[in-house]
Amino acid sequence: MDHEMARAVLVNEVGLHARPSVKLTQTAKRFAAKLEVALADSGPWVDAKSPVKIMRVKAPKGATLHFRGAGPDALLALSELVSLVERKFDEE
Amino acid sequence: MEQKLTGRPASPGLYAGPAAVLAAAEESTRSRGHPSDEQAALRAAVAASLNELSTLAAGANGEARRIMGIQEALLEDEALIETALVAISHGEAADTAWRDSMAHEIAGYEAAQDEYFRARAADLIDVRDRVLRHLTGASSSFNEAPGTVLIAPDLPPSMFLSHDWSRGGAVVLAQGSTRSHVAMLARARGVPMVVGVDPSCRAQDILVVDGDSGQVIAHPKPETLAGVGKRQAAAALAKSEAQARVVEPALTKDGTYIAVMINVATPDDLVDLSPKSCDGIGLVRTEFLLADGALRDEHRQFDLYSRLVAWAEGRPVTIRTLDAGGDKPIPGYTVEGEKNPFLGLRGIRLSLRHTDVFRIQLRALARAAFLGPVKIMLPMVTKARELVEARELLAEVGSELGREGKDAARPALGIMVEVPLAAIAVDQFDAAFFSIGSNDLVQYVTASSRDGRESGEFGDVTDLGVLRLIAAVAAHGAETGREVSLCGDAAADPHAIPALLAAGIRTLSVAPGLVAATKDAIRSVDLRGTAQALSSPSWWDRLRSGLSSNAAKALFSTTTK
Repeated sequence: MDHEMARAVLVNEVGLHARPSVKLTQTAKRFAAKLEVALADSGPWVDAKSPVKIMRVKAPKGATLHFRGAGPDALLALSELVSLVERKFDEE
Repeated sequence: MEQKLTGRPASPGLYAGPAAVLAAAEESTRSRGHPSDEQAALRAAVAASLNELSTLAAGANGEARRIMGIQEALLEDEALIETALVAISHGEAADTAWRDSMAHEIAGYEAAQDEYFRARAADLIDVRDRVLRHLTGASSSFNEAPGTVLIAPDLPPSMFLSHDWSRGGAVVLAQGSTRSHVAMLARARGVPMVVGVDPSCRAQDILVVDGDSGQVIAHPKPETLAGVGKRQAAAALAKSEAQARVVEPALTKDGTYIAVMINVATPDDLVDLSPKSCDGIGLVRTEFLLADGALRDEHRQFDLYSRLVAWAEGRPVTIRTLDAGGDKPIPGYTVEGEKNPFLGLRGIRLSLRHTDVFRIQLRALARAAFLGPVKIMLPMVTKARELVEARELLAEVGSELGREGKDAARPALGIMVEVPLAAIAVDQFDAAFFSIGSNDLVQYVTASSRDGRESGEFGDVTDLGVLRLIAAVAAHGAETGREVSLCGDAAADPHAIPALLAAGIRTLSVAPGLVAATKDAIRSVDLRGTAQALSSPSWWDRLRSGLSSNAAKALFSTTTK
């Protein structure tokens, strides 16, 4: 299956901890596409709709988040996710 | 009607008060059903927790609501229970599977470099406990009134520590052991405790607990209660008399000075005690101090150790490095699923496998040693190389601290003698001092589990085989000029003290609450005649009836060589 790819640097202070993780998954769940996150473009990839798995990644400030998506609305989903990260999850 | 039951005394003292009946410990509340039932039970508990959270969130605002929102998001995520569901399909009970899988999850956060992620462990602990409460039907928190008699199948140490004992109380356990950690904590705190009794009583029934004889009386007659009152008054008087003598040195009848030090598990242990009443701290059990997240926190450890050094006012403070394993598991640190954890990875064996954690503790200890005489004691040493490796690590962190410009000193490095091999071949170990951990030594020498309900009765420190080992270590210390102390429960046992002193022990380390009584017990011992006992064992016979003359001779022959 072909994947759409995107990436964004975590600029918010606390990194991908609980609240940002939940917001990220909430955004991801609005789309039908299969969406995944990783700290490197080689993976390991985790489900962007699972807060438990996203939190396990423990991505700190400064880390680059790689996104990939497959499905009809994947492109739109990726741009929304990148925008959320760049907006510092609307928290700061 | 008055009902008398006899169990085994686990912590001395007499107490009468209203009963509080606790549900079984978490481990045993669920009987394991078919895997499909267990999986359904876990899902139901998660659903009930979610319900509870949404009700709570509706009534909350701001930060509390956001936190509950996070917990809801985690619970709604199937990924949270994946591991537990797999464990259940392999035959685990729902609560065990859930607790184990969450232990992994939580340990992952506790080990994180980033403090934001470390703090998330608390959310997961909250989620874990919420689901567990629904699984086991336990009350929402452990919150019994002070002054009650706690009745339970068994009691985890954390529960004992969280209870308010300031207004007295007692413990009665149906299972449990006289040598468990909760029994040790009860003795340290002066809380009477009896094990092996299951009084059929309801909450608020009055119970009499006699931790000296092991008797528990339910529904006592008024005369019985009056008798208890009199005995309590007499005991209080004897205690205050002993207390008045507590700052006096402990000399045997023949004038031999015996150093009495204290064992410390929590800083609270020191609250009511003057450092003048003891010769220092003989054992700090850091696994209790560090259990709540300080394992990888050098600053907090340094702070804790500094407080002990300040309290001791120049007296030695002997701090044992992390002795996890056995009956003291630390999720994410100790090995899970060992069939026989007391013979598995414990103490120094684990420390040398987790040198990242070990170095943090050694750094904090070396820094505290700059402030006063800190001594480091390694638990469960079996191989001479373990001591060598620990010494190398200590030297490394010492030069590391020097390069960082931090104040530090090199503490004396000694070992616990618990593994029989370490006692038998004590001269293999180039340690600065030796401390005999009699609880574990007895357990290993007599092949009787310290937490065993039945086999516990085989473990006796005054058995010849055990005393011989103790005498051999004491003799080695005397020959080479190294201190030998004994820090197990036996150190405060009035029946064992004469035998331990006769075997050559001159330093005892006991629970803070038992210093006065231990000193009094020492004062009634006469070591004159020990020399004659070498050739004529009749003195020894009097000391411990039942010991054959040849055996006594053999014992002392090891001390004279």
